[in-house]
Amino acid sequence: MTSPREAILARVRASLADTPSAVAVSRTYRLRGERDRAGVIELFVERVRAYEATVVVADDPGAAVASALEAAGARRVGIAPDLDRRLRPPGVELIEDQGLDSRDLDGLDGAVTTCASACAETGTIAIDGGPGQGRRALSLVPDLHVCVVRAEAIVETVPELIAALEPSAREGRPIVLVSGPSATSDIELTRVEGVHGPRRLVVIVAT
Amino acid sequence: MTHSSLDPAAARDARPESFPHAATGALANHQVRANIRHATTSIRRKRAGVVAEVPDWELLRAAGAAIKDETLASLDAVLIELEASIQAAGGTVHWARDAAEANEIVVGLVRAEGAEEVVKVKSLATDEIRLNEALEGAGIRPIETDLAELIVQLAGERPSHLLVPAIHKNRVEIRDLFRERLGRPDLSDDPTELAEAARLHLREAFLRARVAISGANFAAADTGTICVVESEGNGRMCTTLPDVLITVMGIEKAIPRFRDLEVFLQLLPRSSTGERMNPYTSLWTGVCEGDGPHAFHLVLLDAGRTRVLADPAGRPALRCIRCSACINVCPVYRQTGGHAYHSPYAGPIGAILAPQLLGEEGAVASLPFASSLCGACYDVCPVLIDIPSILVHERGKAVARERSGIEGRSLKVLGKAFATRAGYERAQRLGRKLQRPLARDGWIAHFPPGPLGAWGRSRDLPALPAQTFREWWESRDEPA
Ligand code: SF4
Repeated sequence: MTSPREAILARVRASLADTPSAVAVSRTYRLRGERDRAGVIELFVERVRAYEATVVVADDPGAAVASALEAAGARRVGIAPDLDRRLRPPGVELIEDQGLDSRDLDGLDGAVTTCASACAETGTIAIDGGPGQGRRALSLVPDLHVCVVRAEAIVETVPELIAALEPSAREGRPIVLVSGPSATSDIELTRVEGVHGPRRLVVIVAT
Repeated sequence: MTHSSLDPAAARDARPESFPHAATGALANHQVRANIRHATTSIRRKRAGVVAEVPDWELLRAAGAAIKDETLASLDAVLIELEASIQAAGGTVHWARDAAEANEIVVGLVRAEGAEEVVKVKSLATDEIRLNEALEGAGIRPIETDLAELIVQLAGERPSHLLVPAIHKNRVEIRDLFRERLGRPDLSDDPTELAEAARLHLREAFLRARVAISGANFAAADTGTICVVESEGNGRMCTTLPDVLITVMGIEKAIPRFRDLEVFLQLLPRSSTGERMNPYTSLWTGVCEGDGPHAFHLVLLDAGRTRVLADPAGRPALRCIRCSACINVCPVYRQTGGHAYHSPYAGPIGAILAPQLLGEEGAVASLPFASSLCGACYDVCPVLIDIPSILVHERGKAVARERSGIEGRSLKVLGKAFATRAGYERAQRLGRKLQRPLARDGWIAHFPPGPLGAWGRSRDLPALPAQTFREWWESRDEPA
């Protein structure tokens, strides 16, 4: 008896018997942007803000993290064990995620992470589990996510973002793209901030 | 309150009717029509705005169509590569020829885990195969975690839109539903408050979940990366927190390269929710030690897709990335809503895909006729599917099938009767007699039961006049 796998592949081949060989894909669309560094950062800030996230451009990201946490009233905050010392504000109870269970994460007021790269045109940050980012649950379960973005990690277009992330995918690392806080348009197609993911997103651009 | 007290099956099992029949009912529901008109109008405006700001939109559409065509033309090789990549990354790949096989695989996997409930993130593929019913039948409780799916599940209804399954309900109706079914009599109709109620209701389910089930928007064959695009964070919850993740995906969702996401992640969010990017996109590759589920299963589903693939004229329908832009612009959908389509695939894409996927018999067979061929769907489709042409093609197939049916046989008899003048006049006189019990005010108002009635009810038929032109001519007083 043929297995479902063999049967499906045989059906696919039979369906394609009369089909000429594959069409070539021409990538004539924009593969990179044209803005200068300052222009890219400016666009990123504008686009993240459009999602109702808080955006801060700071040359002292540690201080910016401290004031973001204070403004949100966050006292117990989760971080990855390898988060840069300079991003750990004093006076806040920082809990290193050494495999906290989901309920522990749910009890936190927020999380502070870095990100792998970011895209200006779409106001997107990308997390791939690299240094300072922690595992995915850390920036998902708590209701506040403070994310520090290095200015030089911001690219202008989606193709540049995907190119920057491809090595992580090849290594089998999970990736999350975040564009604004959790939202839904399920009620009358009106975007409402905040369902299951963090309802508050603070993006700190470190220049 | 527990989900097991719900009985979604009851409302769902109403006997499916043909599109014209179901549409007649839907047209009479003014609230549904008003809700849909309101929602689709705002989404169309948003989409147009974010599409206009992309200078190379047409080039992206062409590339998106080409990547999909390339995939379909070598689908066997792409699927084999995808399978190998996922296995290399620690995942398991299953193949299902049809809905029953897919459901059996998923139920078996959930049982093997000993789980009595699963959290689910919205997936058209699992709607299509009616996975929830299969799970319930096996004593497993599926918990829909998308706000709209939750609304639909609580109401015991079926989804009515690809992207916004509860588009037919307005905020007041949702408030009333939540008040009753979530035991929250305090709720107002403020969408923020309604979303918060769903957050509280589902959080506990996420935290305790051991098995999750998702669909997939894309699967990159070269890296084995699965992509799920969403807004609320329930997709992230489902793909991150449980021990075991099961993804059910139609075979046409594969794409050759991770790189191809650079095209689709521009086309999809702008076309579907009218955003530059949706809030969350999850990309995972097999399993990752220390981050997320320790087991990942991909179920590759055929269920009619190879049948679509075999028809070169209908094949481009498999490019569809389920953005729902075509639905939002469709004048027929805007009037009837999604339920009249009787399949998870509503609107123009549903009209071409459902008859091909779900078979050409029964309710969905009438779908290719649910269009005025205005072409608005083709204009917005991000992967350039020429929906009107495929509709015409599908109509052709349906008509060819009908030729051998009652209409075809009757037309043959009429053809003989009308071949001579005497025969034609005899037929008219006979028709006048026969129509007497059926006609009213110059129109055929009643149809006999059976196939003739089914044929007639979808048409506006004038009754035969009391006197034909020929009879009047003959009976004039003036000499000819
Ligand atoms: S047919 Fe095109 S417009 Fe319609 S849902 Fe599919 S991709 Fe979107």
